[in-house]
Amino acid sequence: MAKLIALTPCAGLLPVTEGSVTLTEIEMDRMASIAPFAGKAAAVGKALKKVGLGWPAPGTSITGKGAEAAWFATGKALVIDADVPDLAGLAAVTDQTDGWAAVRIEGAGTLDVLARLLPVDLRALAEGGCVRTVVGHMQAHVTKAGPEAFRILVFRSMARTLVHELGEAMAGVAARG
Amino acid sequence: MRITCPICGERDRREFYYGGNAVLADRPARDAGEAAWDAYIHLRDNPAGTSRELWQHEVGCGAWMVVERDTVTHAVHGATLAPGAAR
Repeated sequence: MAKLIALTPCAGLLPVTEGSVTLTEIEMDRMASIAPFAGKAAAVGKALKKVGLGWPAPGTSITGKGAEAAWFATGKALVIDADVPDLAGLAAVTDQTDGWAAVRIEGAGTLDVLARLLPVDLRALAEGGCVRTVVGHMQAHVTKAGPEAFRILVFRSMARTLVHELGEAMAGVAARG
Repeated sequence: MRITCPICGERDRREFYYGGNAVLADRPARDAGEAAWDAYIHLRDNPAGTSRELWQHEVGCGAWMVVERDTVTHAVHGATLAPGAAR
């Protein structure tokens, strides 16, 4: 019988370092998007609290026990590496595992790199804060992961484009010294 | 051009999708009659000045909003969530 080999979205592409900025892949075991039915957001929040998370307000994320609930859009949250509670009748839960490429970009100059590609001022973002925006022409979910570190999610099919775009911008910033 | 999304704050125009005049959010009743439906579907003003339009924060939060902007100066005066868009 054929033996299947699991490949991460950015396998063979990362890590990449240019100057002081490093781009690495983040591996996520489980992801699910949760969209509460009309009027059920509070009940969904309560259910998520029981697993140490909660319903994230727009532009924020909640972390706990290695899991995370991040605001993903209006009326939608992305739950990562968590035991999603039974939300039957409360929300539409869609498995997103393996659907997204996740990278971490960090180091001095990261903001200069991202400023070349994202039309959003990320300087004002608090740690754990997140935005939906574009990286070049790709729609993306960006979370501030540290003082000068960000996590970027794009569709898995866009992994190579994301690494290429970020790599070009990193090289450009590094070349300016 | 930048639009201030009621949920995400000020964002670049490329994140938004234009959804037509704001009257589209004001759908006539099923039995409103031919004239009302004809106006709703076909008749639009073409103002030189303030215009109320539907925009969606397509690659952002996804919310639909009513944006008031000036077609002459391109100034954006503000945006509020479209009816039924708050969740």
